[in-house]
Amino acid sequence: MSTVLRIRDLTVRFRLRDTIVQAVSGLDLDVRRGELLAIVGESGCGKSVLAHSLMGLLPKNAQVTGSALLRDTDPADTGPVELISAAPRRFARGIRGRRIGLVPQSPATALTPVRTGRKLLEETLRVHRRTTDADTLAADVGLAPADLDRYPFELSGGMAQRLTTALALAPDPPLLIADEPTTGLDRPLVDHTLDLLRRRCDTGGTVVVITHDLTAAERVADRVAVMYASRLVEHRPADAFFASPSHPYAAALLDALPTRSFNPVPGHPPMLTALPDGCAFAPRCPAANSDCARRPDLDPDTTEGVACHHPLVTEEVG
Amino acid sequence: MSTLAARGVGVTFGHAVVFDDVDVELARGETVGLRGPSGCGKSTLARVLALLHGPDRGHVSIDGSPIEGARYAVPVATRTRIALLFQSPRAAADPRLSLLDLIAEPLLATGTDRTTGRARARALADDVGLTEDLLERRPHAVSDGQLQRACLARALVHNPDYLLLDEATAMLDASTQALVAQVLIAYQRQHQAGVLLVSHDLALLDRWADRTIDWNELIS
Repeated sequence: MSTVLRIRDLTVRFRLRDTIVQAVSGLDLDVRRGELLAIVGESGCGKSVLAHSLMGLLPKNAQVTGSALLRDTDPADTGPVELISAAPRRFARGIRGRRIGLVPQSPATALTPVRTGRKLLEETLRVHRRTTDADTLAADVGLAPADLDRYPFELSGGMAQRLTTALALAPDPPLLIADEPTTGLDRPLVDHTLDLLRRRCDTGGTVVVITHDLTAAERVADRVAVMYASRLVEHRPADAFFASPSHPYAAALLDALPTRSFNPVPGHPPMLTALPDGCAFAPRCPAANSDCARRPDLDPDTTEGVACHHPLVTEEVG
Repeated sequence: MSTLAARGVGVTFGHAVVFDDVDVELARGETVGLRGPSGCGKSTLARVLALLHGPDRGHVSIDGSPIEGARYAVPVATRTRIALLFQSPRAAADPRLSLLDLIAEPLLATGTDRTTGRARARALADDVGLTEDLLERRPHAVSDGQLQRACLARALVHNPDYLLLDEATAMLDASTQALVAQVLIAYQRQHQAGVLLVSHDLALLDRWADRTIDWNELIS
Protein backbone atom coordinates (compact mmCIF):
# COMPACT_ATOMS: atom_id res chain seq x y z
CA MET A 1 0.00 0.00 0.00
CA SER A 2 1.35 3.42 -0.87
CA THR A 3 2.44 5.85 1.75
CA VAL A 4 0.53 9.13 1.66
CA LEU A 5 2.54 10.79 4.38
CA ARG A 6 6.04 9.83 5.39
CA ILE A 7 7.25 11.53 8.56
CA ARG A 8 10.88 11.14 9.57
CA ASP A 9 12.67 12.45 12.63
CA LEU A 10 10.13 15.20 13.18
CA THR A 11 10.95 17.40 16.13
CA VAL A 12 8.99 20.45 17.27
CA ARG A 13 10.29 22.78 19.94
CA PHE A 14 8.68 25.90 21.31
CA ARG A 15 10.86 28.68 22.61
CA LEU A 16 9.19 30.22 25.63
CA ARG A 17 10.51 33.12 27.67
CA ASP A 18 13.03 31.13 29.67
CA THR A 19 12.64 27.50 28.59
CA ILE A 20 12.26 25.29 25.56
CA VAL A 21 9.30 22.95 25.33
CA GLN A 22 9.86 19.90 23.18
CA ALA A 23 6.40 18.84 22.04
CA VAL A 24 7.42 16.32 19.36
CA SER A 25 10.71 14.39 19.48
CA GLY A 26 12.27 12.49 16.59
CA LEU A 27 8.95 11.12 15.43
CA ASP A 28 8.83 8.61 12.55
CA LEU A 29 5.45 7.68 11.12
CA ASP A 30 4.11 6.31 7.84
CA VAL A 31 0.48 6.98 7.00
CA ARG A 32 -0.79 4.68 4.26
CA ARG A 33 -3.42 5.40 1.67
CA GLY A 34 -6.90 4.14 2.45
CA GLU A 35 -6.12 3.59 6.10
CA LEU A 36 -7.57 5.12 9.20
CA LEU A 37 -4.84 5.79 11.70
CA ALA A 38 -5.75 6.73 15.25
CA ILE A 39 -3.20 8.67 17.29
CA VAL A 40 -3.99 8.33 20.98
CA GLY A 41 -2.30 9.48 24.15
CA GLU A 42 -2.59 11.49 27.32
CA SER A 43 -3.42 15.18 27.38
CA GLY A 44 -0.44 17.34 26.49
CA CYS A 45 1.68 14.58 24.91
CA GLY A 46 2.04 16.46 21.61
CA LYS A 47 -0.75 15.01 19.47
CA SER A 48 -2.26 18.30 18.38
CA VAL A 49 1.14 19.95 17.88
CA LEU A 50 2.01 17.09 15.54
CA ALA A 51 -1.13 17.80 13.51
CA HIS A 52 -0.49 21.54 13.46
CA SER A 53 3.13 21.05 12.34
CA LEU A 54 1.85 19.14 9.29
CA MET A 55 -0.60 21.93 8.47
CA GLY A 56 1.80 24.85 8.81
CA LEU A 57 -0.22 26.17 11.70
CA LEU A 58 2.43 26.45 14.38
CA PRO A 59 3.11 29.82 15.98
CA LYS A 60 6.29 31.78 15.25
CA ASN A 61 8.17 30.58 18.31
CA ALA A 62 8.10 26.98 17.04
CA GLN A 63 11.24 25.38 15.64
CA VAL A 64 10.52 22.40 13.41
CA THR A 65 13.14 19.99 12.10
CA GLY A 66 12.90 16.70 10.24
CA SER A 67 10.81 15.77 7.25
CA ALA A 68 7.18 15.10 6.38
CA LEU A 69 6.62 14.16 2.75
CA LEU A 70 3.08 14.33 1.41
CA ARG A 71 2.41 12.16 -1.64
CA ASP A 72 -1.16 12.14 -2.81
CA THR A 73 -2.79 11.91 -6.20
CA ASP A 74 -3.95 15.46 -6.57
CA PRO A 75 -4.86 15.96 -10.25
CA ALA A 76 -3.11 19.31 -10.32
CA ASP A 77 -0.23 17.63 -8.56
CA THR A 78 3.19 19.08 -8.75
CA GLY A 79 4.73 16.03 -7.09
CA PRO A 80 5.40 15.24 -3.46
CA VAL A 81 5.43 18.18 -1.07
CA GLU A 82 7.81 18.55 1.82
CA LEU A 83 5.52 19.97 4.47
CA ILE A 84 8.14 21.00 6.97
CA SER A 85 9.95 23.40 4.66
CA ALA A 86 6.89 24.56 2.69
CA ALA A 87 6.40 28.31 2.66
CA PRO A 88 3.39 29.72 4.53
CA ARG A 89 2.03 31.02 1.21
CA ARG A 90 2.19 27.55 -0.31
CA PHE A 91 0.30 26.13 2.68
CA ALA A 92 -2.42 28.72 2.34
CA ARG A 93 -2.81 28.38 -1.42
CA GLY A 94 -2.44 24.73 -2.13
CA ILE A 95 -2.07 22.50 0.89
CA ARG A 96 -4.19 23.48 3.84
CA GLY A 97 -7.78 22.51 3.27
CA ARG A 98 -7.15 21.34 -0.31
CA ARG A 99 -4.66 18.52 0.18
CA ILE A 100 -4.82 18.09 3.94
CA GLY A 101 -8.07 18.84 5.69
CA LEU A 102 -8.17 19.58 9.39
CA VAL A 103 -11.06 19.13 11.75
CA PRO A 104 -9.81 21.38 14.54
CA GLN A 105 -10.13 20.71 18.21
CA SER A 106 -12.36 23.19 20.14
CA PRO A 107 -14.99 24.02 17.50
CA ALA A 108 -16.17 26.78 19.85
CA THR A 109 -13.12 28.83 18.93
CA ALA A 110 -12.64 27.63 15.34
CA LEU A 111 -15.70 29.15 13.70
CA THR A 112 -16.01 32.70 12.42
CA PRO A 113 -18.56 34.16 14.85
CA VAL A 114 -20.13 36.64 12.43
CA ARG A 115 -21.21 34.20 9.73
CA THR A 116 -23.81 31.48 9.70
CA GLY A 117 -22.82 27.86 9.12
CA ARG A 118 -24.34 28.04 5.65
CA LYS A 119 -22.25 31.07 4.66
CA LEU A 120 -19.10 29.39 5.95
CA LEU A 121 -19.82 26.17 4.09
CA GLU A 122 -20.88 27.84 0.85
CA GLU A 123 -17.76 30.00 0.84
CA THR A 124 -15.52 26.95 1.29
CA LEU A 125 -17.34 25.02 -1.43
CA ARG A 126 -17.07 27.97 -3.83
CA VAL A 127 -13.37 28.54 -3.22
CA HIS A 128 -12.66 24.87 -3.86
CA ARG A 129 -15.02 24.75 -6.87
CA ARG A 130 -17.05 21.89 -5.48
CA THR A 131 -20.45 21.11 -6.93
CA THR A 132 -21.84 19.63 -3.71
CA ASP A 133 -24.28 21.91 -1.92
CA ALA A 134 -24.14 22.90 1.71
CA ASP A 135 -27.27 20.98 2.70
CA THR A 136 -25.90 17.66 1.38
CA LEU A 137 -22.67 18.16 3.23
CA ALA A 138 -24.51 19.11 6.41
CA ALA A 139 -26.68 16.01 6.10
CA ASP A 140 -23.51 13.90 5.73
CA VAL A 141 -22.32 15.02 9.15
CA GLY A 142 -25.79 14.78 10.69
CA LEU A 143 -26.56 18.50 10.88
CA ALA A 144 -30.14 19.66 10.17
CA PRO A 145 -30.55 22.30 7.40
CA ALA A 146 -32.18 24.66 9.92
CA ASP A 147 -29.07 24.56 12.10
CA LEU A 148 -26.99 25.73 9.14
CA ASP A 149 -28.71 29.10 9.26
CA ARG A 150 -27.60 29.78 12.78
CA TYR A 151 -24.57 31.70 13.95
CA PRO A 152 -21.86 29.74 15.79
CA PHE A 153 -22.87 31.11 19.21
CA GLU A 154 -26.35 29.69 18.67
CA LEU A 155 -25.01 26.18 18.17
CA SER A 156 -24.50 23.58 20.87
CA GLY A 157 -21.00 22.12 21.31
CA GLY A 158 -22.01 19.03 19.34
CA MET A 159 -23.54 21.05 16.50
CA ALA A 160 -20.43 23.24 16.20
CA GLN A 161 -18.35 20.06 16.13
CA ARG A 162 -20.35 18.70 13.21
CA LEU A 163 -20.12 22.02 11.38
CA THR A 164 -16.30 22.05 11.62
CA THR A 165 -16.26 18.48 10.31
CA ALA A 166 -18.43 19.51 7.35
CA LEU A 167 -16.11 22.46 6.68
CA ALA A 168 -13.05 20.22 6.64
CA LEU A 169 -14.77 17.78 4.28
CA ALA A 170 -15.99 20.52 1.91
CA PRO A 171 -12.80 20.65 -0.24
CA ASP A 172 -12.69 16.81 -0.30
CA PRO A 173 -9.04 16.57 0.80
CA PRO A 174 -7.15 13.32 0.06
CA LEU A 175 -5.77 13.36 3.60
CA LEU A 176 -7.96 14.39 6.49
CA ILE A 177 -6.61 15.03 9.97
CA ALA A 178 -9.37 15.06 12.54
CA ASP A 179 -8.35 16.40 15.94
CA GLU A 180 -10.86 15.08 18.47
CA PRO A 181 -13.76 15.00 15.98
CA THR A 182 -16.24 13.35 18.36
CA THR A 183 -15.93 15.51 21.48
CA GLY A 184 -19.29 16.72 22.74
CA LEU A 185 -21.33 14.42 20.52
CA ASP A 186 -23.82 11.93 21.85
CA ARG A 187 -23.26 8.26 21.09
CA PRO A 188 -25.40 8.02 17.92
CA LEU A 189 -23.65 11.09 16.50
CA VAL A 190 -20.23 9.73 17.47
CA ASP A 191 -21.05 6.58 15.56
CA HIS A 192 -22.35 8.64 12.65
CA THR A 193 -19.14 10.68 12.46
CA LEU A 194 -16.94 7.62 12.80
CA ASP A 195 -18.82 5.82 10.03
CA LEU A 196 -18.37 8.88 7.85
CA LEU A 197 -14.61 8.86 8.40
CA ARG A 198 -14.51 5.11 7.88
CA ARG A 199 -16.32 5.47 4.53
CA ARG A 200 -13.76 8.03 3.38
CA CYS A 201 -11.01 5.47 3.93
CA ASP A 202 -12.97 2.71 2.24
CA THR A 203 -13.38 4.90 -0.85
CA GLY A 204 -9.68 5.71 -1.17
CA GLY A 205 -9.29 8.61 1.23
CA THR A 206 -6.90 8.63 4.14
CA VAL A 207 -7.80 9.74 7.64
CA VAL A 208 -5.72 10.42 10.72
CA VAL A 209 -7.85 10.72 13.84
CA ILE A 210 -6.29 12.27 16.90
CA THR A 211 -8.38 11.21 19.82
CA HIS A 212 -8.44 10.29 23.45
CA ASP A 213 -11.64 8.33 22.89
CA LEU A 214 -10.24 4.82 22.90
CA THR A 215 -13.67 3.31 22.35
CA ALA A 216 -14.00 5.36 19.15
CA ALA A 217 -10.51 4.37 18.01
CA GLU A 218 -11.28 0.72 18.57
CA ARG A 219 -14.42 1.03 16.49
CA VAL A 220 -12.92 2.47 13.31
CA ALA A 221 -9.13 2.48 13.26
CA ASP A 222 -7.00 0.24 11.06
CA ARG A 223 -3.92 1.13 13.00
CA VAL A 224 -3.20 2.79 16.32
CA ALA A 225 -0.23 4.94 17.26
CA VAL A 226 0.22 5.72 20.95
CA MET A 227 2.03 8.93 21.79
CA TYR A 228 3.65 9.58 25.13
CA ALA A 229 5.67 12.64 26.16
CA SER A 230 6.39 13.79 22.59
CA ARG A 231 7.29 10.34 21.17
CA LEU A 232 5.45 7.42 19.64
CA VAL A 233 5.71 4.44 21.96
CA GLU A 234 3.53 1.91 20.18
CA HIS A 235 2.27 1.67 16.61
CA ARG A 236 0.41 -1.48 15.64
CA PRO A 237 -2.67 -2.78 13.80
CA ALA A 238 -5.74 -1.73 15.78
CA ASP A 239 -7.20 -5.22 16.37
CA ALA A 240 -3.90 -6.52 17.77
CA PHE A 241 -3.45 -3.39 19.86
CA PHE A 242 -6.85 -3.49 21.50
CA ALA A 243 -6.65 -7.25 22.07
CA SER A 244 -3.35 -6.85 23.94
CA PRO A 245 -1.49 -3.55 24.15
CA SER A 246 2.28 -4.12 24.37
CA HIS A 247 3.57 -0.93 25.91
CA PRO A 248 2.98 -0.70 29.68
CA TYR A 249 1.77 2.87 29.14
CA ALA A 250 -0.76 1.82 26.50
CA ALA A 251 -2.02 -0.91 28.81
CA ALA A 252 -2.35 1.53 31.72
CA LEU A 253 -4.18 4.03 29.52
CA LEU A 254 -6.71 1.43 28.38
CA ASP A 255 -7.16 0.38 31.98
CA ALA A 256 -8.17 3.94 32.94
CA LEU A 257 -11.42 3.64 30.95
CA PRO A 258 -14.62 3.83 33.01
CA THR A 259 -15.53 0.38 31.70
CA ARG A 260 -12.28 -0.99 33.15
CA SER A 261 -10.55 -0.06 36.41
CA PHE A 262 -11.18 3.74 36.07
CA ASN A 263 -7.83 4.40 37.76
CA PRO A 264 -5.53 7.03 36.28
CA VAL A 265 -2.05 6.05 35.15
CA PRO A 266 -0.04 6.55 38.35
CA GLY A 267 2.29 9.57 38.55
CA HIS A 268 2.64 12.48 36.15
CA PRO A 269 3.97 12.57 32.62
CA PRO A 270 7.43 14.19 32.43
CA MET A 271 7.66 17.91 31.82
CA LEU A 272 8.25 18.60 28.15
CA THR A 273 10.80 21.18 29.21
CA ALA A 274 13.00 18.47 30.73
CA LEU A 275 12.54 15.19 28.88
CA PRO A 276 14.70 12.31 30.14
CA ASP A 277 17.31 10.71 27.84
CA GLY A 278 15.97 7.23 28.44
CA CYS A 279 12.42 5.90 28.32
CA ALA A 280 10.13 8.76 29.37
CA PHE A 281 7.60 6.37 30.92
CA ALA A 282 10.13 4.60 33.17
CA PRO A 283 9.34 6.66 36.33
CA ARG A 284 5.70 5.53 36.14
CA CYS A 285 6.35 2.02 34.85
CA PRO A 286 6.01 -1.07 37.06
CA ALA A 287 8.47 -3.02 34.88
CA ALA A 288 11.20 -0.36 34.72
CA ASN A 289 14.81 -1.37 35.38
CA SER A 290 18.32 -0.23 34.45
CA ASP A 291 17.73 -0.97 30.73
CA CYS A 292 15.24 1.89 30.64
CA ALA A 293 18.00 4.50 30.91
CA ARG A 294 18.59 3.72 27.21
CA ARG A 295 15.77 4.96 25.01
CA PRO A 296 13.82 2.19 23.23
CA ASP A 297 12.69 2.84 19.63
CA LEU A 298 10.13 1.66 17.13
CA ASP A 299 11.23 -0.20 14.01
CA PRO A 300 12.82 2.62 11.96
CA ASP A 301 11.80 1.12 8.58
CA THR A 302 8.13 0.32 9.12
CA THR A 303 7.70 2.87 11.98
CA GLU A 304 5.69 0.12 13.67
CA GLY A 305 6.19 -1.95 16.81
CA VAL A 306 6.58 -1.03 20.43
CA ALA A 307 9.24 1.21 21.97
CA CYS A 308 9.82 -0.66 25.21
CA HIS A 309 12.50 -2.91 26.67
CA HIS A 310 9.89 -5.05 28.42
CA PRO A 311 6.78 -5.12 26.25
CA LEU A 312 3.85 -6.89 27.86
CA VAL A 313 3.17 -9.44 25.13
CA THR A 314 6.75 -10.73 25.09
CA GLU A 315 6.60 -11.08 28.83
CA GLU A 316 3.53 -13.27 28.65
CA VAL A 317 5.03 -15.48 25.94
CA GLY A 318 8.49 -15.80 27.45
CA MET B 1 -32.75 20.76 53.12
CA SER B 2 -29.40 20.94 51.36
CA THR B 3 -30.29 20.93 47.71
CA LEU B 4 -29.82 22.91 44.56
CA ALA B 5 -33.07 22.72 42.69
CA ALA B 6 -34.75 24.06 39.60
CA ARG B 7 -38.53 24.34 39.87
CA GLY B 8 -40.59 24.60 36.72
CA VAL B 9 -37.84 26.43 34.88
CA GLY B 10 -38.15 27.35 31.23
CA VAL B 11 -35.81 29.17 28.87
CA THR B 12 -36.68 30.87 25.60
CA PHE B 13 -34.18 32.31 23.14
CA GLY B 14 -36.05 34.63 20.79
CA HIS B 15 -38.85 32.45 19.45
CA ALA B 16 -37.16 29.18 20.31
CA VAL B 17 -38.36 27.49 23.49
CA VAL B 18 -35.30 25.54 24.64
CA PHE B 19 -37.23 23.79 27.41
CA ASP B 20 -40.14 24.46 29.67
CA ASP B 21 -41.36 23.38 33.08
CA VAL B 22 -38.27 21.41 34.02
CA ASP B 23 -37.78 20.20 37.59
CA VAL B 24 -34.42 18.93 38.68
CA GLU B 25 -32.87 18.51 42.09
CA LEU B 26 -29.33 17.94 43.26
CA ALA B 27 -28.72 17.13 46.92
CA ARG B 28 -25.39 17.62 48.68
CA GLY B 29 -23.34 14.47 48.76
CA GLU B 30 -24.91 12.91 45.68
CA THR B 31 -23.66 12.58 42.13
CA VAL B 32 -26.35 12.89 39.51
CA GLY B 33 -25.83 12.17 35.83
CA LEU B 34 -27.76 14.02 33.13
CA ARG B 35 -27.81 12.60 29.65
CA GLY B 36 -29.61 13.67 26.52
CA PRO B 37 -29.16 14.19 22.80
CA SER B 38 -26.73 16.76 21.46
CA GLY B 39 -28.25 20.25 21.35
CA CYS B 40 -31.27 19.50 23.55
CA GLY B 41 -30.56 22.19 26.15
CA LYS B 42 -28.44 20.39 28.72
CA SER B 43 -25.80 23.13 28.77
CA THR B 44 -28.49 25.82 29.09
CA LEU B 45 -29.98 24.01 32.06
CA ALA B 46 -26.53 23.78 33.64
CA ARG B 47 -26.11 27.55 33.16
CA VAL B 48 -29.49 28.15 34.76
CA LEU B 49 -28.54 26.00 37.75
CA ALA B 50 -25.21 27.82 38.02
CA LEU B 51 -27.12 31.15 38.24
CA LEU B 52 -25.44 32.38 35.06
CA HIS B 53 -28.64 32.58 33.08
CA GLY B 54 -31.92 33.71 34.59
CA PRO B 55 -34.74 31.39 33.58
CA ASP B 56 -37.72 32.96 31.78
CA ARG B 57 -40.10 30.88 33.86
CA GLY B 58 -39.77 29.12 37.19
CA HIS B 59 -36.89 29.59 39.61
CA VAL B 60 -33.76 28.06 41.07
CA SER B 61 -33.49 27.54 44.80
CA ILE B 62 -30.61 26.74 47.10
CA ASP B 63 -31.35 24.86 50.31
CA GLY B 64 -35.02 25.56 49.84
CA SER B 65 -34.80 29.35 49.44
CA PRO B 66 -35.48 30.67 45.97
CA ILE B 67 -32.92 32.91 44.32
CA GLU B 68 -34.48 36.33 44.08
CA GLY B 69 -33.48 39.42 42.22
CA ALA B 70 -34.09 40.70 38.78
CA ARG B 71 -31.74 39.24 36.24
CA TYR B 72 -29.54 37.67 38.81
CA ALA B 73 -27.96 40.20 41.07
CA VAL B 74 -26.91 37.24 43.21
CA PRO B 75 -24.81 37.91 46.33
CA VAL B 76 -21.23 36.68 46.09
CA ALA B 77 -21.70 34.39 49.10
CA THR B 78 -24.45 32.56 47.21
CA ARG B 79 -22.77 32.55 43.84
CA THR B 80 -19.56 31.02 45.12
CA ARG B 81 -21.48 28.05 46.50
CA ILE B 82 -22.07 26.81 42.97
CA ALA B 83 -19.33 26.15 40.42
CA LEU B 84 -19.71 25.27 36.76
CA LEU B 85 -17.03 23.58 34.73
CA PHE B 86 -17.56 24.27 31.04
CA GLN B 87 -17.34 22.04 28.03
CA SER B 88 -14.70 24.07 26.22
CA PRO B 89 -11.85 25.30 28.43
CA ARG B 90 -10.39 27.16 25.45
CA ALA B 91 -13.46 29.38 25.29
CA ALA B 92 -13.83 29.63 29.08
CA ALA B 93 -10.31 30.66 30.05
CA ASP B 94 -9.00 34.22 29.87
CA PRO B 95 -6.09 34.00 27.39
CA ARG B 96 -4.19 36.76 29.19
CA LEU B 97 -3.83 34.97 32.51
CA SER B 98 -1.24 32.38 33.45
CA LEU B 99 -2.73 29.11 34.65
CA LEU B 100 -1.83 30.02 38.21
CA ASP B 101 -3.60 33.39 37.97
CA LEU B 102 -6.53 31.71 36.25
CA ILE B 103 -6.95 29.42 39.26
CA ALA B 104 -6.40 32.18 41.81
CA GLU B 105 -8.58 34.83 40.12
CA PRO B 106 -11.91 33.96 41.82
CA LEU B 107 -10.19 34.23 45.22
CA LEU B 108 -8.52 37.54 44.42
CA ALA B 109 -11.84 38.84 43.09
CA THR B 110 -13.47 38.19 46.44
CA GLY B 111 -10.81 39.89 48.51
CA THR B 112 -8.19 37.23 49.29
CA ASP B 113 -4.67 38.67 49.17
CA ARG B 114 -2.41 37.69 46.30
CA THR B 115 0.07 35.58 48.29
CA THR B 116 -2.60 33.48 49.99
CA GLY B 117 -4.57 33.18 46.77
CA ARG B 118 -1.59 32.01 44.78
CA ALA B 119 -0.57 29.53 47.47
CA ARG B 120 -4.05 28.02 47.47
CA ALA B 121 -4.00 27.93 43.66
CA ARG B 122 -0.68 26.10 43.70
CA ALA B 123 -2.02 23.46 46.09
CA LEU B 124 -5.11 22.94 43.94
CA ALA B 125 -3.02 22.73 40.78
CA ASP B 126 -1.07 19.93 42.38
CA ASP B 127 -4.31 18.12 43.29
CA VAL B 128 -5.46 18.12 39.66
CA GLY B 129 -2.09 16.90 38.42
CA LEU B 130 -0.69 20.07 36.86
CA THR B 131 3.09 20.13 37.02
CA GLU B 132 4.91 23.24 38.23
CA ASP B 133 6.30 24.16 34.79
CA LEU B 134 2.77 24.65 33.42
CA LEU B 135 1.59 27.18 35.99
CA GLU B 136 3.36 30.22 34.59
CA ARG B 137 2.20 29.47 31.05
CA ARG B 138 -0.80 31.09 29.48
CA PRO B 139 -3.61 29.05 27.93
CA HIS B 140 -2.23 29.12 24.37
CA ALA B 141 0.88 27.26 25.52
CA VAL B 142 -0.87 24.29 27.15
CA SER B 143 -3.05 21.50 25.84
CA ASP B 144 -6.84 21.42 26.18
CA GLY B 145 -6.59 18.70 28.79
CA GLN B 146 -4.15 20.69 30.88
CA LEU B 147 -6.29 23.80 30.54
CA GLN B 148 -9.40 21.92 31.61
CA ARG B 149 -7.59 20.72 34.71
CA ALA B 150 -6.72 24.34 35.51
CA CYS B 151 -10.40 25.21 35.07
CA LEU B 152 -11.32 22.37 37.45
CA ALA B 153 -8.92 23.75 40.05
CA ARG B 154 -10.49 27.19 39.50
CA ALA B 155 -13.94 25.73 40.02
CA LEU B 156 -12.88 24.24 43.36
CA VAL B 157 -11.15 27.35 44.64
CA HIS B 158 -14.15 28.58 46.66
CA ASN B 159 -14.99 25.11 48.02
CA PRO B 160 -18.37 25.06 46.28
CA ASP B 161 -21.25 23.04 47.73
CA TYR B 162 -22.55 22.25 44.27
CA LEU B 163 -20.45 21.41 41.25
CA LEU B 164 -21.88 21.27 37.77
CA LEU B 165 -19.81 19.58 35.06
CA ASP B 166 -20.98 20.31 31.55
CA GLU B 167 -19.29 17.58 29.47
CA ALA B 168 -16.23 18.65 31.38
CA THR B 169 -14.25 15.47 30.83
CA ALA B 170 -15.20 14.95 27.19
CA MET B 171 -11.97 16.43 25.88
CA LEU B 172 -9.78 14.54 28.32
CA ASP B 173 -7.90 11.31 27.74
CA ALA B 174 -8.90 8.23 29.71
CA SER B 175 -6.19 8.68 32.32
CA THR B 176 -6.86 12.39 32.90
CA GLN B 177 -10.59 11.71 33.02
CA ALA B 178 -10.03 9.09 35.71
CA LEU B 179 -7.77 11.53 37.56
CA VAL B 180 -10.38 14.31 37.43
CA ALA B 181 -12.98 11.83 38.67
CA GLN B 182 -10.71 10.83 41.54
CA VAL B 183 -10.09 14.46 42.51
CA LEU B 184 -13.80 15.23 42.39
CA ILE B 185 -14.85 12.13 44.29
CA ALA B 186 -12.32 12.96 47.01
CA TYR B 187 -13.51 16.58 47.10
CA GLN B 188 -17.12 15.48 47.24
CA ARG B 189 -16.49 13.15 50.18
CA GLN B 190 -14.64 15.85 52.05
CA HIS B 191 -17.16 18.64 51.47
CA GLN B 192 -20.35 16.66 50.98
CA ALA B 193 -20.74 18.46 47.66
CA GLY B 194 -23.51 17.75 45.19
CA VAL B 195 -22.17 16.96 41.72
CA LEU B 196 -24.12 17.12 38.47
CA LEU B 197 -22.48 15.35 35.54
CA VAL B 198 -23.82 16.36 32.16
CA SER B 199 -22.44 13.82 29.74
CA HIS B 200 -23.02 11.67 26.68
CA ASP B 201 -20.71 9.01 27.96
CA LEU B 202 -22.94 6.28 29.34
CA ALA B 203 -20.01 4.20 30.54
CA LEU B 204 -18.77 7.19 32.54
CA LEU B 205 -22.19 7.90 34.05
CA ASP B 206 -22.69 4.23 34.92
CA ARG B 207 -19.40 4.23 36.72
CA TRP B 208 -19.54 7.58 38.43
CA ALA B 209 -23.10 8.79 39.01
CA ASP B 210 -25.36 7.58 41.82
CA ARG B 211 -28.35 8.06 39.54
CA THR B 212 -28.78 9.28 35.99
CA ILE B 213 -31.58 11.45 34.66
CA ASP B 214 -32.56 11.12 31.03
CA TRP B 215 -33.41 14.44 29.36
CA ASN B 216 -36.55 12.95 27.87
CA GLU B 217 -37.88 12.21 31.35
CA LEU B 218 -37.20 15.80 32.43
CA ILE B 219 -39.23 17.43 29.70
CA SER B 220 -42.11 14.96 29.55
